[in-house]
Amino acid sequence: MRGMTIIVRKITQLVAPVIFLYGLYIIVHGHLTPGGGFAGGVIMAGAFILPILANGSILPNLRKEEAGLELMESAAILGFLIIAGLGLLFSGSLIFFSNFLHKGILGKLVSAGFIPIENIVVGVEVCAAMTTIFIALTVFSEEVPK
Amino acid sequence: MEVYLLILLVLMILGSLYSLHARDLLSAVISYGIVGFGLVLSFLFLQAPDLAIVQVVVEVITLIIMIAVIKNTSREELPRQTNYKIAINFIIILIFAVVFFYIFNRMTGMLSEFGDHFTRMATPYIEGSGKTGSANLVTGIVFDFRAYDTLGEATVLFTAVIGVLTILRIKGRKKEE
Repeated sequence: MRGMTIIVRKITQLVAPVIFLYGLYIIVHGHLTPGGGFAGGVIMAGAFILPILANGSILPNLRKEEAGLELMESAAILGFLIIAGLGLLFSGSLIFFSNFLHKGILGKLVSAGFIPIENIVVGVEVCAAMTTIFIALTVFSEEVPK
Repeated sequence: MEVYLLILLVLMILGSLYSLHARDLLSAVISYGIVGFGLVLSFLFLQAPDLAIVQVVVEVITLIIMIAVIKNTSREELPRQTNYKIAINFIIILIFAVVFFYIFNRMTGMLSEFGDHFTRMATPYIEGSGKTGSANLVTGIVFDFRAYDTLGEATVLFTAVIGVLTILRIKGRKKEE
Protein backbone atom coordinates (compact mmCIF):
# COMPACT_ATOMS: atom_id res chain seq x y z
CA MET A 1 0.00 0.00 0.00
CA ARG A 2 1.36 3.44 -0.92
CA GLY A 3 1.53 6.34 1.49
CA MET A 4 -0.33 9.63 1.23
CA THR A 5 0.72 13.29 0.91
CA ILE A 6 2.76 15.15 3.50
CA ILE A 7 -0.33 17.02 4.78
CA VAL A 8 -2.08 13.79 5.69
CA ARG A 9 1.07 12.32 7.22
CA LYS A 10 1.72 15.40 9.40
CA ILE A 11 -1.89 15.58 10.64
CA THR A 12 -1.82 11.85 11.39
CA GLN A 13 1.35 12.35 13.41
CA LEU A 14 -0.46 14.98 15.48
CA VAL A 15 -3.79 13.20 15.85
CA ALA A 16 -2.76 9.56 16.48
CA PRO A 17 -1.31 10.13 20.00
CA VAL A 18 -4.48 11.98 21.05
CA ILE A 19 -6.64 9.07 19.83
CA PHE A 20 -4.40 6.64 21.72
CA LEU A 21 -4.74 8.71 24.89
CA TYR A 22 -8.52 8.84 24.50
CA GLY A 23 -8.67 5.06 24.15
CA LEU A 24 -6.54 4.70 27.26
CA TYR A 25 -8.88 7.05 29.14
CA ILE A 26 -11.95 5.05 28.07
CA ILE A 27 -10.32 1.79 29.21
CA VAL A 28 -9.07 3.06 32.58
CA HIS A 29 -12.35 4.81 33.43
CA GLY A 30 -14.40 1.84 32.22
CA HIS A 31 -15.89 1.17 35.65
CA LEU A 32 -16.92 4.81 36.14
CA THR A 33 -18.16 6.16 32.79
CA PRO A 34 -19.65 4.57 29.65
CA GLY A 35 -17.10 2.58 27.72
CA GLY A 36 -14.75 -0.12 28.90
CA GLY A 37 -12.31 -2.62 27.55
CA PHE A 38 -13.99 -3.37 24.22
CA ALA A 39 -14.70 0.22 23.16
CA GLY A 40 -11.37 1.59 24.36
CA GLY A 41 -9.45 -1.26 22.77
CA VAL A 42 -10.98 -0.58 19.36
CA ILE A 43 -10.21 3.16 19.70
CA MET A 44 -6.57 2.31 20.49
CA ALA A 45 -6.48 0.00 17.46
CA GLY A 46 -7.61 2.99 15.39
CA ALA A 47 -4.61 4.94 16.69
CA PHE A 48 -2.34 2.15 15.38
CA ILE A 49 -4.13 1.73 12.03
CA LEU A 50 -4.11 5.46 11.15
CA PRO A 51 -0.28 5.81 10.76
CA ILE A 52 -0.15 2.62 8.65
CA LEU A 53 -2.80 4.05 6.30
CA ALA A 54 -1.07 7.43 6.07
CA ASN A 55 2.57 6.38 5.78
CA GLY A 56 2.04 3.33 3.59
CA SER A 57 3.19 -0.14 4.54
CA ILE A 58 6.89 -0.76 5.05
CA LEU A 59 6.94 -4.56 5.02
CA PRO A 60 9.80 -5.47 7.44
CA ASN A 61 8.49 -3.06 10.09
CA LEU A 62 4.96 -4.38 9.75
CA ARG A 63 6.08 -8.00 10.01
CA LYS A 64 7.93 -7.21 13.22
CA GLU A 65 4.89 -5.38 14.53
CA GLU A 66 2.64 -8.31 13.66
CA ALA A 67 4.81 -10.78 15.60
CA GLY A 68 4.68 -8.48 18.63
CA LEU A 69 0.92 -8.06 18.34
CA GLU A 70 0.31 -11.82 18.24
CA LEU A 71 2.37 -12.22 21.40
CA MET A 72 0.49 -9.35 23.07
CA GLU A 73 -2.90 -10.82 22.19
CA SER A 74 -2.07 -14.30 23.45
CA ALA A 75 -0.57 -12.90 26.65
CA ALA A 76 -3.66 -10.75 27.25
CA ILE A 77 -6.16 -13.60 26.94
CA LEU A 78 -3.94 -15.76 29.16
CA GLY A 79 -3.85 -12.92 31.70
CA PHE A 80 -7.67 -12.77 31.67
CA LEU A 81 -7.83 -16.47 32.48
CA ILE A 82 -5.17 -16.12 35.19
CA ILE A 83 -7.12 -13.29 36.86
CA ALA A 84 -10.21 -15.50 36.80
CA GLY A 85 -8.22 -18.36 38.33
CA LEU A 86 -6.77 -16.13 41.05
CA GLY A 87 -10.35 -15.58 42.20
CA LEU A 88 -10.52 -19.33 42.82
CA LEU A 89 -7.39 -19.24 44.96
CA PHE A 90 -7.70 -16.10 47.05
CA SER A 91 -11.39 -15.39 47.57
CA GLY A 92 -12.03 -18.18 50.05
CA SER A 93 -15.09 -19.40 48.19
CA LEU A 94 -14.51 -21.70 45.21
CA ILE A 95 -15.92 -19.41 42.54
CA PHE A 96 -14.35 -18.78 39.16
CA PHE A 97 -14.24 -15.00 38.46
CA SER A 98 -14.91 -14.03 42.08
CA ASN A 99 -13.88 -10.48 42.91
CA PHE A 100 -11.08 -11.07 45.43
CA LEU A 101 -9.62 -7.55 45.68
CA HIS A 102 -10.82 -4.81 48.02
CA LYS A 103 -13.85 -2.95 46.65
CA GLY A 104 -12.85 0.56 47.73
CA ILE A 105 -15.10 3.64 47.63
CA LEU A 106 -17.77 3.82 44.91
CA GLY A 107 -16.82 6.31 42.20
CA LYS A 108 -13.08 6.54 42.87
CA LEU A 109 -10.59 5.66 40.11
CA VAL A 110 -9.07 2.80 42.14
CA SER A 111 -12.14 0.86 43.19
CA ALA A 112 -14.38 -2.06 42.21
CA GLY A 113 -11.78 -4.72 42.93
CA PHE A 114 -10.38 -6.42 39.85
CA ILE A 115 -12.81 -4.90 37.31
CA PRO A 116 -10.30 -2.19 36.19
CA ILE A 117 -7.58 -4.83 35.72
CA GLU A 118 -9.95 -6.97 33.65
CA ASN A 119 -10.85 -3.87 31.62
CA ILE A 120 -7.19 -3.19 30.84
CA VAL A 121 -6.50 -6.81 29.86
CA VAL A 122 -9.54 -6.98 27.58
CA GLY A 123 -8.59 -3.61 26.07
CA VAL A 124 -5.10 -4.88 25.19
CA GLU A 125 -6.60 -8.03 23.69
CA VAL A 126 -9.14 -6.19 21.51
CA CYS A 127 -6.55 -3.62 20.38
CA ALA A 128 -4.07 -6.33 19.37
CA ALA A 129 -6.77 -8.37 17.61
CA MET A 130 -8.09 -5.48 15.51
CA THR A 131 -4.63 -4.28 14.52
CA THR A 132 -3.51 -7.83 13.66
CA ILE A 133 -6.46 -8.33 11.31
CA PHE A 134 -5.72 -5.04 9.53
CA ILE A 135 -1.98 -5.73 9.26
CA ALA A 136 -2.66 -9.27 8.00
CA LEU A 137 -4.85 -7.86 5.24
CA THR A 138 -2.19 -5.38 4.14
CA VAL A 139 0.98 -7.47 4.68
CA PHE A 140 -0.04 -10.82 3.26
CA SER A 141 -1.44 -9.30 0.08
CA GLU A 142 1.98 -7.78 -0.76
CA GLU A 143 3.90 -10.80 0.48
CA VAL A 144 2.78 -13.12 -2.35
CA PRO A 145 5.68 -13.65 -4.80
CA LYS A 146 5.18 -13.26 -8.54
CA MET B 1 -38.76 10.23 19.81
CA GLU B 2 -40.42 7.38 17.97
CA VAL B 3 -40.70 9.59 14.87
CA TYR B 4 -36.91 10.04 14.84
CA LEU B 5 -36.43 6.30 15.25
CA LEU B 6 -38.81 5.61 12.37
CA ILE B 7 -36.96 8.06 10.10
CA LEU B 8 -33.65 6.41 11.03
CA LEU B 9 -35.12 2.97 10.35
CA VAL B 10 -36.33 4.01 6.88
CA LEU B 11 -32.89 5.50 6.11
CA MET B 12 -31.16 2.29 7.26
CA ILE B 13 -33.44 0.13 5.11
CA LEU B 14 -32.81 2.37 2.09
CA GLY B 15 -29.06 2.21 2.65
CA SER B 16 -29.00 -1.58 2.88
CA LEU B 17 -31.21 -1.89 -0.24
CA TYR B 18 -28.85 0.39 -2.18
CA SER B 19 -25.79 -1.54 -1.01
CA LEU B 20 -27.44 -4.73 -2.32
CA HIS B 21 -27.96 -3.33 -5.80
CA ALA B 22 -24.91 -1.07 -6.26
CA ARG B 23 -22.67 -1.93 -9.22
CA ASP B 24 -19.58 -0.41 -7.59
CA LEU B 25 -18.49 -2.39 -4.52
CA LEU B 26 -16.92 0.66 -2.87
CA SER B 27 -20.19 2.59 -2.94
CA ALA B 28 -21.95 -0.54 -1.67
CA VAL B 29 -19.66 -0.66 1.37
CA ILE B 30 -20.06 3.06 2.04
CA SER B 31 -23.84 2.92 1.76
CA TYR B 32 -23.77 -0.04 4.14
CA GLY B 33 -22.11 2.38 6.57
CA ILE B 34 -25.45 4.22 6.71
CA VAL B 35 -26.90 1.18 8.50
CA GLY B 36 -24.12 1.20 11.11
CA PHE B 37 -24.26 4.90 11.83
CA GLY B 38 -28.04 4.86 11.90
CA LEU B 39 -27.74 2.14 14.53
CA VAL B 40 -25.37 4.41 16.51
CA LEU B 41 -27.91 7.24 16.48
CA SER B 42 -30.75 4.93 17.52
CA PHE B 43 -28.64 3.61 20.42
CA LEU B 44 -28.09 7.22 21.51
CA PHE B 45 -31.82 7.98 21.26
CA LEU B 46 -32.58 4.86 23.31
CA GLN B 47 -30.10 6.02 26.01
CA ALA B 48 -27.41 3.35 25.64
CA PRO B 49 -24.10 5.28 25.41
CA ASP B 50 -21.98 2.17 26.08
CA LEU B 51 -23.35 0.42 23.01
CA ALA B 52 -23.15 3.63 20.96
CA ILE B 53 -19.42 4.08 21.66
CA VAL B 54 -18.63 0.47 20.73
CA GLN B 55 -20.83 0.62 17.62
CA VAL B 56 -19.36 3.88 16.26
CA VAL B 57 -15.77 2.71 16.69
CA VAL B 58 -16.35 -0.80 15.34
CA GLU B 59 -18.26 0.67 12.38
CA VAL B 60 -15.35 2.96 11.46
CA ILE B 61 -12.74 0.18 11.76
CA THR B 62 -14.90 -2.25 9.79
CA LEU B 63 -15.36 0.32 7.02
CA ILE B 64 -11.58 0.84 6.87
CA ILE B 65 -10.92 -2.93 6.70
CA MET B 66 -13.61 -3.43 4.02
CA ILE B 67 -12.18 -0.59 1.93
CA ALA B 68 -8.69 -2.10 2.32
CA VAL B 69 -10.08 -5.43 1.05
CA ILE B 70 -11.74 -3.76 -1.95
CA LYS B 71 -8.57 -1.82 -2.80
CA ASN B 72 -6.63 -5.09 -2.81
CA THR B 73 -9.12 -7.09 -4.89
CA SER B 74 -11.62 -5.67 -7.36
CA ARG B 75 -14.11 -2.81 -7.35
CA GLU B 76 -16.57 -4.31 -9.78
CA GLU B 77 -19.23 -6.78 -8.89
CA LEU B 78 -19.14 -10.14 -10.64
CA PRO B 79 -21.90 -10.62 -13.24
CA ARG B 80 -24.92 -12.08 -11.56
CA GLN B 81 -26.62 -15.17 -12.89
CA THR B 82 -30.33 -14.53 -13.19
CA ASN B 83 -32.75 -17.30 -12.41
CA TYR B 84 -35.95 -17.18 -14.45
CA LYS B 85 -38.08 -19.47 -12.31
CA ILE B 86 -39.99 -16.47 -11.03
CA ALA B 87 -43.09 -18.39 -9.97
CA ILE B 88 -41.19 -20.70 -7.61
CA ASN B 89 -39.26 -17.79 -6.09
CA PHE B 90 -42.47 -15.82 -5.62
CA ILE B 91 -44.20 -18.73 -3.89
CA ILE B 92 -41.23 -19.26 -1.57
CA ILE B 93 -41.17 -15.57 -0.66
CA LEU B 94 -44.91 -15.59 0.00
CA ILE B 95 -44.72 -18.65 2.27
CA PHE B 96 -41.77 -17.19 4.15
CA ALA B 97 -43.52 -13.84 4.65
CA VAL B 98 -46.71 -15.44 5.95
CA VAL B 99 -44.84 -17.73 8.36
CA PHE B 100 -42.59 -14.88 9.52
CA PHE B 101 -45.46 -12.50 10.24
CA TYR B 102 -47.49 -15.18 12.01
CA ILE B 103 -44.59 -16.13 14.32
CA PHE B 104 -43.62 -12.47 14.86
CA ASN B 105 -47.17 -11.63 15.85
CA ARG B 106 -47.43 -14.61 18.19
CA MET B 107 -44.09 -13.88 19.87
CA THR B 108 -44.37 -10.13 20.31
CA GLY B 109 -48.06 -10.04 21.14
CA MET B 110 -47.46 -10.67 24.85
CA LEU B 111 -44.75 -8.02 25.27
CA SER B 112 -45.47 -4.69 26.90
CA GLU B 113 -45.53 -1.36 25.05
CA PHE B 114 -42.37 -0.19 23.32
CA GLY B 115 -40.14 1.64 25.81
CA ASP B 116 -41.59 0.01 28.94
CA HIS B 117 -39.06 -1.93 30.95
CA PHE B 118 -39.52 -5.66 31.07
CA THR B 119 -36.68 -6.70 33.36
CA ARG B 120 -37.50 -9.94 35.10
CA MET B 121 -33.92 -11.20 34.61
CA ALA B 122 -32.19 -7.86 35.06
CA THR B 123 -33.88 -6.76 38.27
CA PRO B 124 -31.58 -8.83 40.56
CA TYR B 125 -28.58 -7.45 38.67
CA ILE B 126 -29.74 -3.84 39.09
CA GLU B 127 -30.55 -4.34 42.77
CA GLY B 128 -27.22 -6.10 43.42
CA SER B 129 -25.14 -3.57 41.50
CA GLY B 130 -23.78 -2.10 44.72
CA LYS B 131 -22.01 -5.39 45.44
CA THR B 132 -19.62 -5.00 42.49
CA GLY B 133 -18.34 -1.61 43.61
CA SER B 134 -18.45 -0.36 40.03
CA ALA B 135 -20.12 2.99 39.37
CA ASN B 136 -20.91 1.99 35.76
CA LEU B 137 -23.68 -0.58 35.96
CA VAL B 138 -22.96 -2.05 32.52
CA THR B 139 -19.30 -2.74 33.30
CA GLY B 140 -20.31 -4.19 36.65
CA ILE B 141 -22.60 -6.68 34.90
CA VAL B 142 -20.25 -7.47 31.99
CA PHE B 143 -17.12 -8.03 34.08
CA ASP B 144 -18.58 -9.40 37.30
CA PHE B 145 -21.99 -11.06 37.05
CA ARG B 146 -21.50 -12.10 33.43
CA ALA B 147 -17.73 -12.54 33.35
CA TYR B 148 -18.12 -15.93 31.66
CA ASP B 149 -19.80 -14.21 28.70
CA THR B 150 -16.90 -11.76 28.48
CA LEU B 151 -14.42 -14.63 28.50
CA GLY B 152 -16.40 -16.20 25.65
CA GLU B 153 -16.37 -12.95 23.69
CA ALA B 154 -12.61 -12.56 24.12
CA THR B 155 -12.10 -16.17 23.03
CA VAL B 156 -14.25 -15.65 19.94
CA LEU B 157 -12.17 -12.61 18.98
CA PHE B 158 -8.94 -14.55 19.56
CA THR B 159 -10.17 -17.45 17.43
CA ALA B 160 -11.26 -15.07 14.68
CA VAL B 161 -7.79 -13.51 14.53
CA ILE B 162 -6.11 -16.93 14.41
CA GLY B 163 -8.50 -17.96 11.63
CA VAL B 164 -7.74 -14.83 9.58
CA LEU B 165 -4.00 -15.31 9.96
CA THR B 166 -4.19 -19.01 9.06
CA ILE B 167 -6.36 -18.57 5.97
CA LEU B 168 -4.39 -15.66 4.56
CA ARG B 169 -1.06 -17.36 5.20
CA ILE B 170 -1.99 -20.63 3.46
CA LYS B 171 -3.03 -18.65 0.41
CA GLY B 172 0.36 -16.96 0.31
CA ARG B 173 2.23 -20.23 0.76
CA LYS B 174 0.46 -22.08 -2.07
CA LYS B 175 1.64 -19.59 -4.67
CA GLU B 176 5.26 -20.01 -3.54
CA GLU B 177 5.37 -23.68 -4.50
